[in-house]
Amino acid sequence: MHEVGALGPTAWLIAAVLKVILVFTVTLTFVALWTWLERRVAGWIQDRLGPNRVGPFGLLQPVADGLKNILKEETYPGAASRFYFVAAPMLALTPAMMTMAVVPFAAPLPTPWGLVDMIVADAPIGVLYVLALTSLGVYGIVMAGWSSNNKYALLGGLRGSAQMVSYEVAMGMSLVPVFMLAGNVTLTQVVWTQQEGLGLWLALPLGLSFVIFIIAAFAETNRLPFDMPEAESELVAGYHTEYSSMKFSMFMIAEYANLTTSSAVMATLFFGGWDIPFWSGDNMRVVSAGVVEGAAPSVLITLLTLAAFSLKTFFFVFLFMWVRWTVPRFRYDQIMHLGWKILLPVALAYIAITGTGILVLDQMGVAYGFTFGLVLTAVNVLATGGFLWLLDRDRVMSGSWITQQQRQERLAGLGRRRHGAAAGPPSGEEPAWR
Amino acid sequence: MAIGVKVVRRPVENTSYLRATLKGMALTFRHLVRPHKPVLEYPDVKPELAPRWRGTHRMAVHADGRPKCVACGLCPTICPSNCIRLVPGEDDQGNRYPIVYEIDEFRCIFCGMCQEVCPVEAIHVGQDYENAEFTRERFVYDLDRLMAQDHPVTALWDPEDPLGQ
Repeated sequence: MHEVGALGPTAWLIAAVLKVILVFTVTLTFVALWTWLERRVAGWIQDRLGPNRVGPFGLLQPVADGLKNILKEETYPGAASRFYFVAAPMLALTPAMMTMAVVPFAAPLPTPWGLVDMIVADAPIGVLYVLALTSLGVYGIVMAGWSSNNKYALLGGLRGSAQMVSYEVAMGMSLVPVFMLAGNVTLTQVVWTQQEGLGLWLALPLGLSFVIFIIAAFAETNRLPFDMPEAESELVAGYHTEYSSMKFSMFMIAEYANLTTSSAVMATLFFGGWDIPFWSGDNMRVVSAGVVEGAAPSVLITLLTLAAFSLKTFFFVFLFMWVRWTVPRFRYDQIMHLGWKILLPVALAYIAITGTGILVLDQMGVAYGFTFGLVLTAVNVLATGGFLWLLDRDRVMSGSWITQQQRQERLAGLGRRRHGAAAGPPSGEEPAWR
Repeated sequence: MAIGVKVVRRPVENTSYLRATLKGMALTFRHLVRPHKPVLEYPDVKPELAPRWRGTHRMAVHADGRPKCVACGLCPTICPSNCIRLVPGEDDQGNRYPIVYEIDEFRCIFCGMCQEVCPVEAIHVGQDYENAEFTRERFVYDLDRLMAQDHPVTALWDPEDPLGQ
């Protein structure tokens, strides 16, 4: 236990405002950076260079884009529902910017005025807040698609809502094992579980959860291979077909903010958050205001953990981009197939498996700790292996298939219907005209 | 799918989405880290043009500043896109010269026949491609403009072996 001292009410308020400003600015800055990085990564993957002319390495490209978007004409489709048309981009952007609030991004920082937790709001509902806000984001998409009075936009909005609803369920279910292990839904508790409680990053004992979560996260952020609402080659630009200038840009900002958030959440839930691996010097948590359990907090540790968190988040952002420029878009029926027939049952089954594992270990008297985690890791390796083996043999790509025998039967059925029982010759005889 | 689409049964390794994805990601990553990108950074690096590459025209000029053109009328005759306008004139010594010589670069198909047919090697197609303008009118090049062009001209044949022998 380390007594650092709690913040006074004024200092707390100032710290909270500063943290809000910091997180908001950093998120927006990184969103701008991702738009640049995305195009550079796309370029490199396609043996091009990407934008490299504005500023050093093209780093000022987002500034140029922003300027262009602000100066461009705002168009309103004549038959659009003006109120919802304007409201939609705001509705998409606001939840996307709010989600980062519950993500702890570094170890608590000791200051002369007291201890400052490096999280904007350590809300007791934690991950549930993230889930709630990410699902709010779809309203912007649906509203944009509907109010544009454009058939492509409407289709995009419809697809967006269907996809979000489908994958939200699997996403929520995949997180239940995490809560079972962490015993709480707050992200600070999840981080502490991975540091000290189990001493293992949850990706090891709950790997299948992570696999389901990352697939669902791709779908939730509308990134390829799940960019159904946008689907350039099918729907022009999907739900934002009719949008121009800064309103279009707001959708883009929302998309990349969602990308950042889901990367951060993935890093926090499954890869230790701001934990530095193989080092216990940063394992700490705030027990009550100003009191820290575990290692002693220091400014250096805060900075190091911030770097670790940023690195993990960056890795996932890069993964999102890497996948985007590799994997082609799913067909709509494939998306529904994957979401409802594979991810949801597997997530439910995995809850049962993990629950059983925890129960059995408890009954056997294995203490909650590293060994506990290792046993669950072994269970998880089996489950994940089985899941991947099954997924490998599932014909997600080729739709439904029928055996040769079924095919013969169907063709025979077709033949009977075509020739007709009444008009044709008696069954069993070859028609004479053949 | 509701309709019974015929799907050929193939070995798992050919139909597995998982393996295809992983393979694809390995491929894209190899390209990502590939240091050499076959990209020409155009305004900084200019492409090397082939000797027979044909661009906007250039009129050759005598040492005293007169155009070499003798207004014989061969180039407007042979021009397949009919983009050359020539009004011939004659001075008091009986020398023919162009009063008007205009080429509409929009109509031109840059076949190079004008250069090939010219008996005095006056009109040339040249190695120039940065010819953007703000108005359509600016694309009709008059005689002065053609004479002022200074880019290298196209080699339609090897000058040391004009008959291709």
